[in-house]
Amino acid sequence: MIAGAMRALKIIIFVLLSCFASASQAWSGEAEIRTSIAQLATAKGFPEIEKIVKDLAALGDPLVNPALTALADGNLQVRKSDNAIFITRDGGVGVLLIDPVTGKNAGEAAKTDVAKIKVNNGLRRIIRDSLGNLTLQSPDSATRLQAAQTIFKNSDASQLTALDAAIAGEADTGVKAQMELARASAILNSDRGDDEKVEAIKLIKERGGRDALSLLTATEAKTTGLVKDQAAVAVAGIERSLAIWATGQNVWYGISLGSVLLLAAIGLAITFGVMGVINMAHGEMVMLGAYTTFVTQDIIRDSFPGLFDWSLLIALPLAFLVAAIIGVIIERGIIRHLYGRPLETLLATWGVSLILQQGVRSIFGPTNQEVGNPSWMSGSFQIGELDITWNRLWIIVFSLIVFFVLLVALNKTPLGLQMRAVTQNRRMASAMGIRTPFVDSMTFALGSGIAGIAGVALSQIDNVSPNLGQSYIIDSFMVVVFGGVGNLWGTLVGALSLGILNKFLEPFAGAVLGKILVLILIILFIQKRPRGLFALKGRAVEA
Amino acid sequence: MILTRFFLGGFDRRITILIMLLLLLALLVPILHLMVPPTSFFHVPTFMVALLGKYLTYALLALSLDLVWGYCGILSLGHGAFFALGGYAMGMYLMRQIGSRGSYGNAELPDFMVFLNWNELPWFWYGFGNFGFAMLMVMLVPGLLAFVFGWFAFRARVTGVYLSIITQALTYALMLAFFRNNMGFGGNNGLTDFKDILGFNVQAPETRMALFAASAVALCLGILITSALVNSKYGKLMIGVRDGESRLRFLGYRPESIKLVAFTVSAVMAGVAGALYVPQVGIINPGEFDPGNSIEVVIWTAVGGRGTIVGPVIGALLVNAGKSWFTGALPEFWLFALGGLFVCVTLFMPKGVVGLWASLKTRWRAKSPAEISQPAEAQT
Repeated sequence: MIAGAMRALKIIIFVLLSCFASASQAWSGEAEIRTSIAQLATAKGFPEIEKIVKDLAALGDPLVNPALTALADGNLQVRKSDNAIFITRDGGVGVLLIDPVTGKNAGEAAKTDVAKIKVNNGLRRIIRDSLGNLTLQSPDSATRLQAAQTIFKNSDASQLTALDAAIAGEADTGVKAQMELARASAILNSDRGDDEKVEAIKLIKERGGRDALSLLTATEAKTTGLVKDQAAVAVAGIERSLAIWATGQNVWYGISLGSVLLLAAIGLAITFGVMGVINMAHGEMVMLGAYTTFVTQDIIRDSFPGLFDWSLLIALPLAFLVAAIIGVIIERGIIRHLYGRPLETLLATWGVSLILQQGVRSIFGPTNQEVGNPSWMSGSFQIGELDITWNRLWIIVFSLIVFFVLLVALNKTPLGLQMRAVTQNRRMASAMGIRTPFVDSMTFALGSGIAGIAGVALSQIDNVSPNLGQSYIIDSFMVVVFGGVGNLWGTLVGALSLGILNKFLEPFAGAVLGKILVLILIILFIQKRPRGLFALKGRAVEA
Repeated sequence: MILTRFFLGGFDRRITILIMLLLLLALLVPILHLMVPPTSFFHVPTFMVALLGKYLTYALLALSLDLVWGYCGILSLGHGAFFALGGYAMGMYLMRQIGSRGSYGNAELPDFMVFLNWNELPWFWYGFGNFGFAMLMVMLVPGLLAFVFGWFAFRARVTGVYLSIITQALTYALMLAFFRNNMGFGGNNGLTDFKDILGFNVQAPETRMALFAASAVALCLGILITSALVNSKYGKLMIGVRDGESRLRFLGYRPESIKLVAFTVSAVMAGVAGALYVPQVGIINPGEFDPGNSIEVVIWTAVGGRGTIVGPVIGALLVNAGKSWFTGALPEFWLFALGGLFVCVTLFMPKGVVGLWASLKTRWRAKSPAEISQPAEAQT
């Protein structure tokens, strides 16, 4: 009984004591901060303010953060009547006063009753750096990481001691590595010995990247002897790896462009391959798909805002349907009558494309329509030095899905079998009992439908305007002609290689000249292989 | 003697009438414009002269396309490129004639080069101050391009839609190239602000009349050359290429040379048309290379009737008159009309207006004897 009471008492006393201790600690820190901040009210000129800021920062207490932030933002003001200092926030008529330490509301004042503590850009930089230092000790690891990165970029030698302290107390390995990098960067800017600097250079070289490159280039310029040599070696090393990354980035852009070309061209490859029909209105099918997306999003935004993230998935089948139906109408109405006359078909479909363009222009207007990105398609992420945007990534994935679904459809379904038969030998297929007119209709519907869903994807990265299709039509032809007719793999290889080639020519030749070069290369290529990369052989060629 | 036979051998009545009409136009329009007072009903206003002159150069362009498409079976979707190149050659001559009267007052360099801080004339501008040289280039540049392009394309046996597509790519590539400022052809804005041609003010009514007459005469010459070509033995071979290329090859001819000659001659004609077009409209810019323009030329030819001499001329005049009227009265509907034209002509009028006229005539002729013969049948 007594023992129990004693234990309870002990616990109570312990708790009380610890409470008291921590309270007094907080109190003493707070008092110091308050006196320092109070000095701001009477400080004359920027040097004095700078000294106070440095004193505050030297306290190393996160409690000074709000006051310093407010000072940098010009929100720290002095009440004229009693020289008390407050963080202010605009409160309609007057200003809201906030205690600079506790962050509690401290009433209101008229705008004329308070005076701003003025800071200049130099001071703002000092404040920012001090804040960076302070946040090194922050309990939140993300904040600490941020602070270390800031110091790394500024390579601020004055932070060395703070960094050393922070590194010693750091438990998180990721944050610690970043802090060591920051420390290395700071050492390069300090007057430490050469061997320490060489170590630092090694560490920074391992990290690589553009920031490291500029840091080391600066070091190389201002040092001599061993450090300079080491820095030069490191710069060369980083430049090499950056060049590799740049190549990777180009390949990525190339694949991205290639996937767009693939989407635009794949439908064309089907209609051209099977029917030998150049459908000049193909680009307009893409455009219709994009406008279907626009209308779908418009309806969803008005009626079912919760479904917005799903809008593209909803638009996909709709776009396929819209484009496929219009495709069937074109095929049944016009192209059917022109079989065996490919040049006339080309002209007639060009006419159709003009009508569709003007139709869309009359209905929706000539301006660009805004199609929104769902949340899962916006933003980007990094792999090493590669910047990868989500919408590009999804479009690549999507184009590959479309490609493989189509491949399976052509190779495994009865309709696909019939299509291939008609491609290879129309008359023989007809003699074997395949209804070639029906196959033609379905092929055209499929090709147009694919163009429609390509439009859904392209609406995410291009302007949705009546001219959308025209900008793709020549490129898609180039892909089909380059890749060869009647072979989907040819289209895939053609699209990707043209995309990558384009992006690799761009840095040397500029975007426009690069495109011209590609066109000339294709024209020359056609001389060598008039039927494309993957040409069909045999009787079908002359048909 | 041989030449006269060559030129007049294939004449038929329709061509004679057309040439007569064109020459009459070349005389009448200037007279009606210059001599008749503006108040009179018969006065032809300036804008009408400019418009008609433009149509005549378009007709020549359509005719040049007809030579390769109608007679040789090569559907070129890039004939606008030859037209524009001829136009640029002419434009360069006209730019050199401006001299120090440009906005920057630089006697050596055209305004846009001064603007781009260029210090000297690029080498490819040398000689364009000379009219003769410029005219040579008007024909040489498109001709040479067509020759090189055709030499590669026809030897590799690129035919049909493939050829159409790469001619389209050709004009598209040229359009992109001419849009670039550092190509030295004025970039986006092209060449404009012309002052003189052969010492005469481009804007003066008399110069305009001379240009108009020159266009009409050039069109007549084009018609003469084309009809001579297609009615010669060589013309038979062209038609042979169109209708059965493989068969012709097996007979021992070389279709690629036949096509190459036709393509080159046609490109030169297109270049001349472009050269006459530029001083009359007063500007040439990269928009002329637009693939859409080239394909529009195809529809002029198709509307008139391909494979005939008269057809493309009629087609170019008809469609362009329609375009002028539509863009004035119902600008919204012009593209509908043009698109519909493409569809309807290919579906219902594969031989164009000329073919329609011919079939109407035969039907009418077939009908009248039938009416007469009916009672005769009843008697027996």
